Amino acid sequence: MTALLEVRGLSKTFRQGGGLLSGPAHSVSAVDDVSFEIAEGETLSLVGESGCGKSTTGRLLVRLIEPSAGQVRFAGEDVTAMAPAALQALRRKVQIIFQDPYGSLNPRMSVRQILDEPLRLNTELDRVGRSRRIAELLDQVGLPARAADRYPHEFSGGQRQRIGIARALSVRPKLLICDEPVSALDVSVQAQVLNLLIELQRELRLSYLFISHDLTVVRLVATRIAVMYLGRIVETAPAQQLFEAPQHPYTRALLSAIPVPDPDRVPSRVVLRGELPSPSAPPPGCRFHTRCPEAFAPCNSLRPALLPDTAAHRTACHLIHSPRESAS
Amino acid sequence: MPLLEVRNLTTTFPIGGKPRPVVQGIDFTIADGEVLAMVGESGSGKSMTALSIMGLVPTPPGHVAADAIVLAGESLLNRSAQEMRHIRGRRMAMIFQEPMSSLNPVFTVGRQIGEVIRRHEGVALRAARPRVQQLLELVGIPDAGRRMDSYPQELSGGMRQRVMIAIALACGPQLLIADEPTTALDVTVQAQILDLLRDLRKRLGMAVLFITHDLGLVAEFADRVLVLYAGRVVEQGSVRDIFRKPSHPYTAALLASMPALARPGEVLASIAGSVPSLDALPPGCRFAPRCGFARPACAEALPSLMPLHDGHATACIRHGEGVP
Repeated sequence: MTALLEVRGLSKTFRQGGGLLSGPAHSVSAVDDVSFEIAEGETLSLVGESGCGKSTTGRLLVRLIEPSAGQVRFAGEDVTAMAPAALQALRRKVQIIFQDPYGSLNPRMSVRQILDEPLRLNTELDRVGRSRRIAELLDQVGLPARAADRYPHEFSGGQRQRIGIARALSVRPKLLICDEPVSALDVSVQAQVLNLLIELQRELRLSYLFISHDLTVVRLVATRIAVMYLGRIVETAPAQQLFEAPQHPYTRALLSAIPVPDPDRVPSRVVLRGELPSPSAPPPGCRFHTRCPEAFAPCNSLRPALLPDTAAHRTACHLIHSPRESAS
Repeated sequence: MPLLEVRNLTTTFPIGGKPRPVVQGIDFTIADGEVLAMVGESGSGKSMTALSIMGLVPTPPGHVAADAIVLAGESLLNRSAQEMRHIRGRRMAMIFQEPMSSLNPVFTVGRQIGEVIRRHEGVALRAARPRVQQLLELVGIPDAGRRMDSYPQELSGGMRQRVMIAIALACGPQLLIADEPTTALDVTVQAQILDLLRDLRKRLGMAVLFITHDLGLVAEFADRVLVLYAGRVVEQGSVRDIFRKPSHPYTAALLASMPALARPGEVLASIAGSVPSLDALPPGCRFAPRCGFARPACAEALPSLMPLHDGHATACIRHGEGVP
């Protein structure tokens, strides 16, 4: 299995403050030494709560935000070293779908114009060819052909998300970064869009980086999952394994916090105490130790490395890999 | 006698020059100490129902009409603004999805809680301080004595929601209306807030009208459930009735489309189409155009709630046939 996308030691530190009114300058470590890969046709899901750096990671991959350190390789090419022209070409192969389908569609453009623009800029198609392609795209995402001449505000949230997906597909990408693609939608509509994404993946052999805070959704789409906490990956495993045998205390707490839609099941829950620390002053050692119910001596000073438990399952936790092991 | 009784509530807003019902003909009751969940997707009218009860619908442009809205034996209809202000807070209180937009950024949280006590009980702000601290402790804010001097923006989302709950509880209401209180929070914080609400309800014996789109939360927290669709109650019953024997096709479809109940690799059940807009409501049953069981008769008349058994009722002409 060769990786379509390979990420090594990706980090992003934002500078904040330093202005007249914004207090002294300090740095915020949003993404810290993150590594993963995505194979062709698979879905890697980045999960975590707000502020864990999952969306920033998605934007770093296509350099919508410039990384501070680390390397991103797409189909063998070094994205981090690309010149603007090459980067433009890369962004055809890697497309992003955003959470708010309304905020990402120009309200003054008809659906036809929205879909025509990327085709005009990125393909050799003539007017007739583009028109045929637009009809094909609408059909692919389950919208009627007459949708082309309507405007974004005439559609429901779910339909707008379909338009966003059609636009992303227009340039025939290999990888879709889906950033909370169904979070703003109602449950019944969420299901439609999830089914569409799964179907498109099969049909077009797409790879997905699926960024979400909703583990019930992730469970249905992910091949593998990486759990992030305060800018770092704390655990990564094949989806089923992560749900059945979570290792990291944070993953366990996160999974146990999912409300269970069964009135006869009393939830047994690890309720985390305390608050998410600020990423401008992340705790030393393991960033989770301030809220971890099982923290012990080395956790507040030694950073746990993401080490393999089995070939495909990795955990960054001193409970599982004693600090001596990780030092060696 | 129920704590709250709502009969034939209809709230309209003008859309395109005509008054359109955002909620229409809603009936329900809440018993003392009961948690009633109101579930539905966006546009179902669940928040508007709550605002109508609280007397917080702006009129005009809105218009609220009902045969009865009775809280603890007192009618809430045709009350002056001042009377309603008095009832809100002392008898019922409401918390919202986004606590930051309900808190004032220029006052400390302690001051804002104290203000409620001052206004309703005539106690001076300074004299209310010990009560404020107690309330913050009650809602699980650590180091309450110091935190009461914080400003809302210095607190996390979860802490702000705790402050909102403290404000709501300040005058010991019998009914708490919680409108999507955990929707803006992360799951681990959501679990904390839900624990808190469950604990407070047990300790204080207050009733809760819990508004949510998340059926997972309903299963964990509610005693009874009201399912709303496009401004109408389509089904009501105990939490077990709703989850084990859903009778209305919409309830069944909503449950089936929950990602938490699906298996990976399977096609997730979904409901075709989307919720109709208020100025384009279909004739008859509002769910009929999306319903897998619709018959021609469904378009003829708006079905009303028909009892099935002990408190379980459904608004569907197929009632009693169940959902295969």
